[in-house]
Amino acid sequence: MNLTILYFASLRESLGMAKEAVVLPGDVDSVGALRQHLSARGDAWQRLAPGHNVRAAVNQQMAADEHALAAGDEVAFFPPVTGG
Amino acid sequence: MEVRVQEADFDVGVETRALSAGRTDVGAVSTFLGLVRGASDGVQCMTLEHYPGMTEQSLADIVAEAKQRWSLLGVRVIHRVGPLQPGDQIVFVGVAGAHRGEAIAACEFIMDFLKTRAPFWKKEQTPEGSRWVDARDADDASAARWLDVESRR
Repeated sequence: MNLTILYFASLRESLGMAKEAVVLPGDVDSVGALRQHLSARGDAWQRLAPGHNVRAAVNQQMAADEHALAAGDEVAFFPPVTGG
Repeated sequence: MEVRVQEADFDVGVETRALSAGRTDVGAVSTFLGLVRGASDGVQCMTLEHYPGMTEQSLADIVAEAKQRWSLLGVRVIHRVGPLQPGDQIVFVGVAGAHRGEAIAACEFIMDFLKTRAPFWKKEQTPEGSRWVDARDADDASAARWLDVESRR
């Protein structure tokens, strides 16, 4: 499955990456599974593991870990928001 | 436009008057203006990052939710992004209604949800270096009030 992943703010800086295109194994089919998959890269990527207060959006809508992924989705990970 | 995300500054008077221009059914306009706090916190300047597309959509969703809760005659939300200095205007919310109750409540509602749901992130530059601003629990609590309390008037 092909996806685009975006990273924002402090997460983007610590990963050194704003955007990437990934091809996922078949068993990585939800936001939660994608978090596990990416956090296995180690180091700063472990911030994506559950429990680190990083939020997710799929196709620009907030998404929980149970949210199913589909080919072509735009997934974003970011810290809690601080606008206003 | 009801919702705008822009680098440019805005004129509060122009934006406020636009909410009632050419109409006579508006009896109240409630506005909120947010500014960049500076010196006392050691902030020299600030950069606002956002998620183009999602940010505009989330603000539009918040406005739509406010319109469902209250009978509103007009709403305008402007949020700046990019580099900002202490004292700069950063966010404007204006709400027009027939009476003040719904206008004031909706203005506060929109700000509370903007602070907790709209994807913006502040990075401050201080004499000690730059730091990303942490989300505040108090902001989550402010937004949560609206989920518990029946706010229709």
